[in-house]
Amino acid sequence: MSAASEPLLRIERLSVRLPKGADRAHAVRALELEAHANEILCIVGESGSGKSMAANAIMRLLPPGVRVESGRILFEGRDLLSVSEAEMREIRGGRIAMVFQEPMTALNPLRTIGDQIGEMFRIHTRLGRREIEARVLALLEEVRIPDPAASARAYPHELSGGQRQRAMIAMALALEPRVLIADEPTTALDVTTQAQILALIRDLQRRNGMAVLFITHDFGVVAEIADRVAVMQNGELVEEGPVRELLEAPRHPYTRQLLAAVPSLVPPAPKPVADAPALTVKDLTKVFRTGGFLGRGVRVTRALDRVSLSLPKGATLGIVGESGSGKSTMARCIVRLLDPDEGTIRIGDVDVTAMSKRELRAERRRVQMVFQDPFASLNPRRRAGDLVAQGPIAHGTPRKEALAKARELFALVGLDPASVDRYPHEFSGGQRQRIGLARALALEPEILVADEPVSALDVSVQAQVLQLLADLKSRLGLSMLFVTHDLRVAAQICDLVAVMHDGRVVETGPAATVFTEPRHEYTRALIDAIPGRRWSERIAAGEVSPAALAEVAPSEPRRRGIP
Amino acid sequence: MRILGLALRRLAASVPTLLIILAGLFLLLQLAPGDTVDALVAQMGGGDPAMIGELRRFYGLDAPVLAQLMNYLWRLVRLDLGYSAIYGKPVVAVILERLPATLLLMVSALSFAFAAGMALGVVAARRVNQWPDTLISTLGLIFYATPSFWFGLMGIVVFAVWLGWLPPGGFETIGSGYTGIDRAIDIALHLVLPTVTLALIFLAIYLRIMRASMLEVLTLDFVRTARAKGLAEHGVVRRHVLRNALLPMVTLIGLQAGTMLGGSVVVESVFALPGLGRLAYESVVQRDLNTLLGIVFVSALLVIVINFLVDIAYARLDPRIGSQT
Amino acid sequence: MGFLRRYLRNPGAAIGLVLLLLVLAMAGSADLLYPRDPLALAGRPLQWPFQNARFLLGTDASGRDIAAQIFHGARISLLIGFVATIVAIALGIIVGAVAGYYGGLIDDLLMRVTEAFQTVPSFLLLLVLVAVFGSSIVTVTLAIGIVSWPAPARLARAEFLTLRNREFVQACRTLGLRDSAIIFREILPNAMPPLIVYASVVMALAILLESALAFLNLSDPNVASWGNLIGHGRGVLRTQWYVSAIPGVAILLTVLAVSLVGQGLNDALNPRLKPR
Repeated sequence: MSAASEPLLRIERLSVRLPKGADRAHAVRALELEAHANEILCIVGESGSGKSMAANAIMRLLPPGVRVESGRILFEGRDLLSVSEAEMREIRGGRIAMVFQEPMTALNPLRTIGDQIGEMFRIHTRLGRREIEARVLALLEEVRIPDPAASARAYPHELSGGQRQRAMIAMALALEPRVLIADEPTTALDVTTQAQILALIRDLQRRNGMAVLFITHDFGVVAEIADRVAVMQNGELVEEGPVRELLEAPRHPYTRQLLAAVPSLVPPAPKPVADAPALTVKDLTKVFRTGGFLGRGVRVTRALDRVSLSLPKGATLGIVGESGSGKSTMARCIVRLLDPDEGTIRIGDVDVTAMSKRELRAERRRVQMVFQDPFASLNPRRRAGDLVAQGPIAHGTPRKEALAKARELFALVGLDPASVDRYPHEFSGGQRQRIGLARALALEPEILVADEPVSALDVSVQAQVLQLLADLKSRLGLSMLFVTHDLRVAAQICDLVAVMHDGRVVETGPAATVFTEPRHEYTRALIDAIPGRRWSERIAAGEVSPAALAEVAPSEPRRRGIP
Repeated sequence: MRILGLALRRLAASVPTLLIILAGLFLLLQLAPGDTVDALVAQMGGGDPAMIGELRRFYGLDAPVLAQLMNYLWRLVRLDLGYSAIYGKPVVAVILERLPATLLLMVSALSFAFAAGMALGVVAARRVNQWPDTLISTLGLIFYATPSFWFGLMGIVVFAVWLGWLPPGGFETIGSGYTGIDRAIDIALHLVLPTVTLALIFLAIYLRIMRASMLEVLTLDFVRTARAKGLAEHGVVRRHVLRNALLPMVTLIGLQAGTMLGGSVVVESVFALPGLGRLAYESVVQRDLNTLLGIVFVSALLVIVINFLVDIAYARLDPRIGSQT
Repeated sequence: MGFLRRYLRNPGAAIGLVLLLLVLAMAGSADLLYPRDPLALAGRPLQWPFQNARFLLGTDASGRDIAAQIFHGARISLLIGFVATIVAIALGIIVGAVAGYYGGLIDDLLMRVTEAFQTVPSFLLLLVLVAVFGSSIVTVTLAIGIVSWPAPARLARAEFLTLRNREFVQACRTLGLRDSAIIFREILPNAMPPLIVYASVVMALAILLESALAFLNLSDPNVASWGNLIGHGRGVLRTQWYVSAIPGVAILLTVLAVSLVGQGLNDALNPRLKPR
């Protein structure tokens, strides 16, 4: 490592104070960090670890009410916390630039990309209009955006997510800053796009020799891009070191626990699956028509294009794909939140597509769903117990009995049965997801459809919920359809995998086969793009001692405050 | 081109709306005690049943209701709004005489309310929770709660009676013989009080929306991006916040167009302005339903036209509108 | 009560509540303090306020006690404002809920009707309704309710549209709950807070509409109304301006009270937006 060099940016005992009424006093406590030229420093942590606050503190762009309590941030011989606002403005964008998580909302929707990138030059330089235009074009070329001239004229909504993030990066690099702070820059992107953006950042960093502070929650991304890693927990730095050391021989128990929770990419040995299908989907088609008024400008999207699938009894079938692949539409058609346009859905041997509304209501209990968002999927105005008892009551179970059953279900999913009287906001994200699961199980379904049930959760909580799902599935003899964009999760929990792309299933088969010998080109691209793939493979091959990772059991989830 | 097409499509979409309005008005007319013939007969001071029956046939009032509705719509298509027994001429002519004063009043009130509301809203949002904000927000609340006719009367007491700065009412000085620029100044002076009176509640609404909209936009991610670029705060506001915050304001103009026309009824009555609103009031008092319904029809057309213009303005401000085609 | 404390933390809301209670007290005590008909001749016309202890706020051009009219007028303003608001909000919720929850053709149809109502200037429509159905207190109240429902309907529809696609509502559908149960027990309670807040806007506007109508002498002539008194005062505006000024202040304070209470409710019902 380039340890000999003087650090470009040095954070000394930085403490950031949260406003009164927050769930803790400090967002960041006594943080010590150094960023050197020519290296990428990853700051990793779960939500609420203070990693983003630390980044915002460097830029002096903390949210209202949040303030730096003590410490110094040294950059080019000055303490950023004590320079004047005018000096700070020169540093922002000019010497230290930033890239944010949401490339859609981080760009002004009413101004063109070229205009917004050009603004960098207009703020910090005295260049003429033509010179600026030429520079903008050169920048867009440098970030390898397709058709730079057209992109410069485009508005943000006219570009894809990946292109927007490239534009953001071009903007950040405009004045060749010494430090680039990237706050979860790939979290909102699909896995293949993420791989491209990571490669781009890495490449540009090498060429410019700048220091990159890369903030992420994903150890796969860390393995892909970091030179050095700092792990944060509850606002404090718990461990720091070169990437190989930290990933393969972590010293701090928290780091080990986090690493152990990262799902392996290698599927477990395949279990035999039954022949009898619990659910059969044949030639399912769903077309969305959007926009358009008086028959003009109608946009037709084929969300599902003659999809056929079969879920054997007792098995877990994973539906994987990127956003827009139709995987969620599929799940919603199967639970009949959406009505398919064509094709049949059979539960056992009952065709539910041909049913009347009344018949369907009775049939619904056989297929139940677990939703993605632990905050949106529970009615905030109802007690947790009521939420779980609701289904049985609607199907004729007396209220008292249903509530008693809700308590049993709470115990089953690992919640305190006494907490049935509490409201959803009193639970953490992981606990809410358990309530959602209990609600689905209350109707004693045969099939569980889980739509990205763990993607909104931190990695350690995610591991526990996945474990619970797998346990309950085998204990209750359920069949499960598991929709996810996360191939690591799919590899761990699914017996069978169906890969979806543009509304079609491109490949299907046992998880072990699909992950180790993908046949379709798209599947291969998807697997190649998984961040930290080589790292995972090294672990699986035994080159790294997994014992060091596995010995710490995940602890109880922390109660999460409102972010 | 994209903008015009979009706005035209919205305009076409208001045809069914207009039909619903007309059918509704027609039904109301059916429910009203007495019809055109009764009004005519009353005007003539009575008549014998045979002649009344003859008149009914003449006006097509003996036909089935649906046929009458079709007849009514067909007349409206030809802009035939009927005949005003009170004014003794076609309703269209009466309305066209009164339209300019109302349009002038509306345009000036709208411009004043929009400009002042925007400026005050920006100041309040930039000094949120400090004394300028408190002062402006309180003033906004009071303006909102003030009945416009009362504010107008008090304005007359202060500025016309006590101070003598402004005329107490009317559209221009009768018999002054002013022409050209003198006449324009005379009319402008007459319109100061009515404009402020009509604008007051809208000023309060615009100021509140602008403030809220600014505060909302200030929390968005791209504002943080702009700050991270090193842009100074006034640059952030001017170059990034303002235009985004204006979008709800523009929508509001369209939504409030009808309310403002309604408000002109009261204001024109207070200041004795010869406008559409005052005409509406007079026709209610004189039970001249033909004229009243004609005014409602013309006002609805006016609101549709204003919304058409608002759509064009909105689409110019926001490139996302209609881009999916 | 956490709600009341949250509400009273806002000084504006507290002032509004006190004002509103004051107006309510005036309305409640009108018959006790001024048992005589407020529209009957009471004494010498055009006495200035505070000159005669019998007529604290003076008398108008017809020799009627202004204070008595103010107290009795409070009743009419609040009554008409309240009932018209109930009518408007109820209509709005029904239309908005059906349109927002079911969408499609029903939504299109209902929204066209709503648009039609919004395209006609509401005060003009009010004039038409009064011209057609007469101006008794009942018709005036209903007419104000009828011209005020479109905005709450749009709000209710927007709430239902977003809530319909929220995961907790979808969960209820997969559980097999009936539409009626989903609309009334799941969505409506979540859609209520903004509607309650908006009710204060409707009520403020309803009071203003009634006073404008009364000012033009188109409201019920047989009841004491603030707007009516202002209209009467016009004749003597140049000299006895207080006749018009006093009832105007009463309207201003009442509408202000209603708006402040609405804002307070908004802050108390949406605690997350509190920092503003």
